[in-house]
Amino acid sequence: MTVTETEIRQLRAVVRDFVREVVEPEAQTIEEEDRIPEGIVQQAKELGLFGLSIPVEYGGLGLNMTGKCMLLEELGKTHNGFTSLIGAHTGIGSVGIVEMGNEEQKQRFLPRMAAGEWIGAFALSEPEAGSNASNLRTRAERKGDRYILNGMKHFITNGPEADVITVMASTDPDKGAKGISSFLVERSAPGMSRGPSDVKMGLRGSHTCQLFFEDCEVPVDNRLGEEGEGYVNALKILANGRASLAARCLGSCEKLLELSMEYAMQRKQFGRPIFENQAIQHMLADTSLEVETLRSFLYRVTSLVDQGKKVIKESAAVKLYASEVYNRIADRAVQIFGGMGYMKEFPVERFYRDARITRIYEGTSEIQRNIIAAQLKREYVR
Amino acid sequence: MNILVCLKQTFDTEERIVIEDGQISEEGVEFVINPYDEYAVEEAIKLKEEHGGEVTVITIGPDRAEQALRTAMAMGADKGIIVDDEDLESADEFTIAEVLAAVIKDLDYDIILGGYMAVDDGSAQVGPRLAELLDIPHISTITKLTIDGDTVEVEKDVEGDVEYIQSKLPILVTAQQGLNEPRYPSLPGIMKAKKKPLERLDIDDLDLDEDEVAAKTETLEVFLPPEKEAGKVLEGDLEDQVKELVDLLRNEAKVV
Ligand SMILES: Cc1cc2nc3c(=O)[nH]c(=O)nc-3n(C[C@H](O)[C@H](O)[C@H](O)COP(=O)(O)OP(=O)(O)OC[C@H]3O[C@@H](n4cnc5c(N)ncnc54)[C@H](O)[C@@H]3O)c2cc1C
Repeated sequence: MTVTETEIRQLRAVVRDFVREVVEPEAQTIEEEDRIPEGIVQQAKELGLFGLSIPVEYGGLGLNMTGKCMLLEELGKTHNGFTSLIGAHTGIGSVGIVEMGNEEQKQRFLPRMAAGEWIGAFALSEPEAGSNASNLRTRAERKGDRYILNGMKHFITNGPEADVITVMASTDPDKGAKGISSFLVERSAPGMSRGPSDVKMGLRGSHTCQLFFEDCEVPVDNRLGEEGEGYVNALKILANGRASLAARCLGSCEKLLELSMEYAMQRKQFGRPIFENQAIQHMLADTSLEVETLRSFLYRVTSLVDQGKKVIKESAAVKLYASEVYNRIADRAVQIFGGMGYMKEFPVERFYRDARITRIYEGTSEIQRNIIAAQLKREYVR
Repeated sequence: MNILVCLKQTFDTEERIVIEDGQISEEGVEFVINPYDEYAVEEAIKLKEEHGGEVTVITIGPDRAEQALRTAMAMGADKGIIVDDEDLESADEFTIAEVLAAVIKDLDYDIILGGYMAVDDGSAQVGPRLAELLDIPHISTITKLTIDGDTVEVEKDVEGDVEYIQSKLPILVTAQQGLNEPRYPSLPGIMKAKKKPLERLDIDDLDLDEDEVAAKTETLEVFLPPEKEAGKVLEGDLEDQVKELVDLLRNEAKVV
């Protein structure tokens, strides 16, 4: 089923209203209580937001990358902790099952995930496996019709809430990256436990934690793809997520431009709005320029994805660009707000902190540059 | 129960109004269901949930107005009718009521709902005019609606007070804020709404003559309200202040 432009506009309008009328008024509460009010989560489920990236056959919206990114852009305009809950669930938390799952796994997991009954997460990172993600220590040994997992993961978004986690573990350590396999570990899996929620700089309301596997039993039916395909699976899942993350950044940038403009017009010093100063105007002009560039770039990449083109370099570049632009724009917003920008009463302070993580997770800026350079070498050095 | 809802697609209430060449520019503007009409849609769906039946949403407008009907269908309306307004240049409330009446006279209906006014023109005329043309009773600005058999009971907002009115089906009622809390259309609902039937009509299909329904009013000029200026605080003796105030009201503001 293809999605028409009218439908995308409509979906977008509903998400925009929901963000504006339901989430935004609670943004400060989310920040203070480090928790998304149950009512908001419930309404997001009823709306169908948890099924953003899941095919229609399994109860989701079946959106292409462009449609999905347009909705994530709207979500990016509000509290990033809320966006992260939905983003991790609809992105890295479920894409593996959608793309690599077999029919039985799709039937078993996706309808519940689309309805938001089951929350998804993705667990690759370990203390020894950060940027060097294939260097993981978690082991999975096959015993009859089960695998026995031992090891630990850290910084896992939605870890405390997750009902099904795509976990990377080595089934054959001698083979390095080629010995990694991926598993769908359910909440009920015996031998899995979780650490307390991490105390973070930002993204409050979205929780990360450690996961411990002690002789954790996972049925063979829960292996995603074949043995040894895990690392490639992980890379595919992450690559798919890059445009989505950029879309969330774009939404936040647009919100910051709006907040900055409002404040610059209304705040008076020396008897006139601070907007009248060229120094402030130039900051806003740069912000506007970067928002426009990011938007064009993002939707060019999503249209390539939707045409089935290979976009390794482009998705790395758009994630990199989006996260760095977001940080610059948040920094300017704080500057324009002056002392008020440093106060927790105003959302720019929160966006400033929340922007920072986008340059780190789902591949740091440095790693994205490495990916781009590796692709350049392929293109130019024959 | 056959339920009709008349709705209009209007600017999102958060949009800034920009005038270009004497016209309100639609460039980059987001459109929504007129908020008062949204109450009407919600109430219609609630009536259907309670009494069964079918909800038909009707609009007059350009192509883009289909989106408003689809949204209403995603909320739960069953089908839609859109009348192309291309031949209805500068339609006014008279035109719209005539065209709606032409659409509705051939339909089976028990109740017609609409918003009490559209937030763009704010004239609050179409509902009452339409009821007049259809020769059915009408109650405006309702905040509560109960139907039992063919007895209709409403609470009507009268400038802050409440009037209780009883009437009978068929009837036309217009919604005031407070009638209900419109639901969000679910996102899967939006995807399913495109399969619901939508009928497209133009004024030829309705056997209407363009000239007969031509607007009775003419827009002379479109302009933005003057920017709000800082207030004036009067000082001095009370008596002088009153004199100055009257003088200002008469000569500067020219309102007395
Ligand atoms: C809030 C939050 C949520 C997260 N959510 C998840 C999740 O859901 N699932 C998951 O699996 N992980 C998650 N992570 C982990 C995240 O993906 C990693 O933190 C990230 O990949 C970086 O790894 P690291 O922290 O080990 O940093 P390191 O790899 O130790 O990097 C430290 C610094 O060295 C640089 N560096 C490292 N190698 C190179 C190189 N080859 N070239 C140039 N520079 C290099 C890095 O760019 C960085 O600047 C999350 C992290 C956070 C903070």
